[in-house]
Amino acid sequence: MIAVIDYGAGNLFSVCNALKYLNIAHEVTKDADVIDRADAVILPGVGAFPAAMDSLHATGLVDTIKQNAAKKPLLGICLGMQMLFDRSDENGDCDGLGLITGEVHRILSKRVIIPHMGWNELVITQESPLLSNIEKPVFTYFVHSYQAFCDDKKIIAYCEYDGRIPALVTDGKFVFGAQYHPEKSGEKGLQMLRNFEELAR
Amino acid sequence: MLAKRIIPCLDVRHGKVVKGVNFEGVKDVGDPVACAAEYNRQGADEIVFYDIVASHEGRGTFLDVVRETAKQVFVPLTVGGGISSVEDMRETLRAGADKISINSSAVKNPKLISEGAEIFGSQCIVVGIDAKRDGRGGYTVYANGGRIDMHVDLLEWVQEIERRGAGEICLNSIDTDGVRGGFDLEMLKDVCARVRIPVIASGGAGKLSDFATVFEQTDATAALAASLFHFGELTIPQVKADCRSKGILMR
Repeated sequence: MIAVIDYGAGNLFSVCNALKYLNIAHEVTKDADVIDRADAVILPGVGAFPAAMDSLHATGLVDTIKQNAAKKPLLGICLGMQMLFDRSDENGDCDGLGLITGEVHRILSKRVIIPHMGWNELVITQESPLLSNIEKPVFTYFVHSYQAFCDDKKIIAYCEYDGRIPALVTDGKFVFGAQYHPEKSGEKGLQMLRNFEELAR
Repeated sequence: MLAKRIIPCLDVRHGKVVKGVNFEGVKDVGDPVACAAEYNRQGADEIVFYDIVASHEGRGTFLDVVRETAKQVFVPLTVGGGISSVEDMRETLRAGADKISINSSAVKNPKLISEGAEIFGSQCIVVGIDAKRDGRGGYTVYANGGRIDMHVDLLEWVQEIERRGAGEICLNSIDTDGVRGGFDLEMLKDVCARVRIPVIASGGAGKLSDFATVFEQTDATAALAASLFHFGELTIPQVKADCRSKGILMR
């Protein structure tokens, strides 16, 4: 069972629709016990970083998430991916979960339209179980104005948007983050969710 | 680099697709959910649902269609027709829309754009425009499905839409819509020159090469068509293959 964390700031709806469609057992929860007994955890998120971190702190789940991230697969999606990093400067400085070393800042380029919204191609730089059984080219659906800045070693795939934007990241162990929305990225996005469930087994 | 998008649009009336869609393998050609699922399978980059009746009584049925589609279709879903308040927007997004499209209600009440963008984010707000040449070298904006001339200058209107925080513009040319002679390249160029936000080309697609042409000759980031896809004259993979062969980035 995958625990989908409900902290009032995520768009759980489409993630859950996708999991249901794939027949992947999941539970939407803010209960630490459910997270402890889950095989894997998904951290969704939309909106602004500090507001989302505040909501997450308000659930009292931050320590539970950190402990679980050390022993079972965790996938952060969109803002949920950004929250895995050390900090963000969206609307002022704010600490993240610190599960992946790196920071989140506004997309730098002045030459492109912000938000970065639409289908962009993943440039895969590292093998990952999350990308197995997916044929190239892999386009995924992005909607965001801030991006991660981290060591290349943490990056499984990036996309080009007048500069590199980390698209799929990992701590090298159990933690993964997708800047894009796998649940809105067609069949290949769904395959990534299947792959994530495989990891949890 | 973002891929250019191909977007089929489904007009829905009383829970059924208007003009039915002739797909092999889709039994109920009027079932919007089945049609959307088929477009998803074909590789549509986004799907638009438009409630053409937009009556208060029919709202529930229409939102049920959106809700059902969101359970089976995993590409962005844009929903328009009959959205005239922030409450309507909220209800539509809750039903599973990723973006909402407003048209006449935005011309009549431009504040709706800024309010929507403020509350739900620019990425959720698409402003649709029906525009027509005014006979004096400019373009004027129409409301109510192209029936009422609002006497609003198109090129001023698109700048106001951007200023108010819309995430996208869907530009339908009344002059080319239904004529099938290709998209209105001139109008699109004039609009794209005035805004930075993405512009979706709508109205006029009649043959395969029209899609590549609009991407080659204008800065439109997406092209929308309805009947051409519905009647199976062209499929989305055909359109994408043609664009790709001309060096246009497609998913």
